[in-house]
Amino acid sequence: MAFEGLAERLQGTLQKIKGKGKISEADVKEMMKDVRRALIEADVNLKVVKEFVKNVSERAVGQEVMKSLTPGQQVIKIVKDELTKLMGGEQSQISFSSRPPTVIMMVGLQGAGKTTTTGKLANVLRKKYNKKPLLVAADIYRPAAVKQLETIGKQLSLPVFSLGIDISPVEIVKQALEHAKEEHHDVVIIDTAGRLHIDEVLMQELKDIRALKEPDEVFLVVDAMTGQDAVNVANNFNDAVGITGVILTKLDGDTRGGAALSIRSVTQKPIKFVGMGEKMDALEEFHPERMASRILGMGDMMSLIEKAQANVDEDKAKELEEKFRTQTFTFDDFLDQIGQVKQMGPLDEILKMLPGAGKIKGLENAKVDEKQMDRVEAIIYSMTTQEKTTPDIINGPRKKRIAKGSGTTIQDVNRLIKQFEDMKKMMKQMTSMQQKGKKKMKMPGLDSLFK
Amino acid sequence: MSFFKKIKDKMMGTTEEIEETVTITNKFKEGLAKTRNQFTSKVNDLVAKYRKVDEDFFEELEEILLQADVGFETVVELMDSLRFEVKRKNIKDTTGIQSVISEKLVEIYEAGDENMTELNLEEEALSVILFVGVNGVGKTTTIGKLAHRLKGEGKKVMLAAGDTFRAGAIDQLQVWGDRVGVEVIKQAEGSDPAAVMYDAIRAAKTRGVDVLICDTAGRLQNKVNLMNELEKIHRVISREIPNAPHEVLLALDATTGQNALVQAQTFKEVTNVTGIVLTKLDGTAKGGIVLAIRNKLHIPVKFVGLGEKMDDLQPFDAEKYVYGLFAEGLEFESENDGDK
Repeated sequence: MAFEGLAERLQGTLQKIKGKGKISEADVKEMMKDVRRALIEADVNLKVVKEFVKNVSERAVGQEVMKSLTPGQQVIKIVKDELTKLMGGEQSQISFSSRPPTVIMMVGLQGAGKTTTTGKLANVLRKKYNKKPLLVAADIYRPAAVKQLETIGKQLSLPVFSLGIDISPVEIVKQALEHAKEEHHDVVIIDTAGRLHIDEVLMQELKDIRALKEPDEVFLVVDAMTGQDAVNVANNFNDAVGITGVILTKLDGDTRGGAALSIRSVTQKPIKFVGMGEKMDALEEFHPERMASRILGMGDMMSLIEKAQANVDEDKAKELEEKFRTQTFTFDDFLDQIGQVKQMGPLDEILKMLPGAGKIKGLENAKVDEKQMDRVEAIIYSMTTQEKTTPDIINGPRKKRIAKGSGTTIQDVNRLIKQFEDMKKMMKQMTSMQQKGKKKMKMPGLDSLFK
Repeated sequence: MSFFKKIKDKMMGTTEEIEETVTITNKFKEGLAKTRNQFTSKVNDLVAKYRKVDEDFFEELEEILLQADVGFETVVELMDSLRFEVKRKNIKDTTGIQSVISEKLVEIYEAGDENMTELNLEEEALSVILFVGVNGVGKTTTIGKLAHRLKGEGKKVMLAAGDTFRAGAIDQLQVWGDRVGVEVIKQAEGSDPAAVMYDAIRAAKTRGVDVLICDTAGRLQNKVNLMNELEKIHRVISREIPNAPHEVLLALDATTGQNALVQAQTFKEVTNVTGIVLTKLDGTAKGGIVLAIRNKLHIPVKFVGLGEKMDDLQPFDAEKYVYGLFAEGLEFESENDGDK
């Protein structure tokens, strides 16, 4: 029941325009309806949508679209550019105090993910900025919140300052700041309790904490799945405590995340990080362009490419290419490849990042069978070194042994060997085609000289 | 009054406790009346503003609903049926349109079905309630509140700490168990949640428990492995007791936007969700997406969460909820108009 992306939505309108030669203002208006709907379905606040559509319409009705040969692409591009621009701006990193400790306050609604993010952020600060953070457990209201932060601290081997739940958060923070100075912590991250933005008593508590020592950063932690109310939340927190940035959590879900745009446009504060999973290293930098694509439902190619780059070893790739060319590709190399693909993460998540993958028939609910890969691995592991390098020697009895050893059937083994041979053949064709192509391009006529 | 004093008083059964129950009911009634008044006055504002039922009127109404997260499709559907009704009844001016609006909204929610807020529980034997949902929606808090509620109805309640993943989750449930005064079955952090359920069911059977409420770890619905784990939990429960779980309640954060529909659908596929608990409705978010969920997936809302206290769980009332959709939507509108 995922919603259609903007590109799909625009299809209908674009069909009508096709072959018209000229696009009228009415056509633009029609397309903007699709844009509006796509944004609303992505949870962008209605007021923000209105403003946005108005601005984009003005640009679109102007010259650009009319002159362009592919108006549909042009409209999408304008929309995406404007979105990116709105969410982008300064890619400001964390501002550290010149007189340590740097104080960072984490604020937000209940269940946004403040405590988990506090741990993740401390982890980033230690790893990337070489800081020595102190975590402060200032959530005395939610049962076991202190315990949660302590457990996270233990996992990360980071100190947590806590005074139980019978002392006021203001007093806890006050003592924590003193403690940080004594112990020479250069960053103090305060995990405050989740609270409703309309709870005046608790909002006052935040102001009181803030008044102890001007924090260098006040991060509003927001659930990426938040709907229309995101603007109220962001506005109230910003008015009360003056946020300096936003951390968007649970972005590893399948939400479009339109809240990002809403918050950005009402507070004008940058989104600094995004939470991408439950593990303690799953806090990433925010990329406005990717977020724009996501809100419009256009897939996330950039993330995919980066993921691939981070996991594929450059040297290994070259080695592999050489092996393809010289036909010395073995089952061991095949294993290597499977390993690399696996490293990129669950396959179905990778598939989801492909633009339009949701539209391909049969793929929208594709559950990639990771077990199938395990089976392939098991078969290869059951081969002898000789069999792996020269698969030709694998005869009937050997196949039987391999099947037994890997807990599969002879048919499975046969299928794998066939796939392997097909792949080899295909690679040979491809590499030889490349070679030919190169020669022809680079040395026209030279070939004949050497004949 | 502190929680602990409250519990103590409850155990002793003082008159103070009885008085308090009375005040709570009254508070609830007052609250209801307030929302009703607000609804009427807000729609009155709209009526006063437009007088005539024209496109501008419909547009503003549409915007109020979109801002309550009702979702594009459902809003369009609703507006269409409203336009039809207005034509059919030949309604020209806005007086008398209030009832039509609320009627249509409740209609889209109930779709002819009976109101289904009652929990489906066994009379004589052990009943199992399984809680599911994404991270941070308030599953554990809701379980605490529901346990308190059921205990108040004279049931013997037990809790199963099935969130063995998140740091501190087991302790959080234990605190609620202590507050409410019910037993919590738990294992170490990181243990197999299905095994916890198995243990809990065994314990509940031998101890003559009426209702076993099972907590699970929050999980995003697109995490295939975690959803498989949930399916296994569900399977283990039904294997031990044929009709169980008697209720699978999806906790849904009222702040959530359109993704809630995907959540409901995916969790329903995996665990056959029987009802929704709409949490955090005491903020400014309306959780209007439950209209779409009910309309498309036929999952009813059974309870709403209105705060962090033990008593802050109320049965869902469609009519009251519909009024609430308008309570601040218009206020928000007029404020902004004032800014301009």
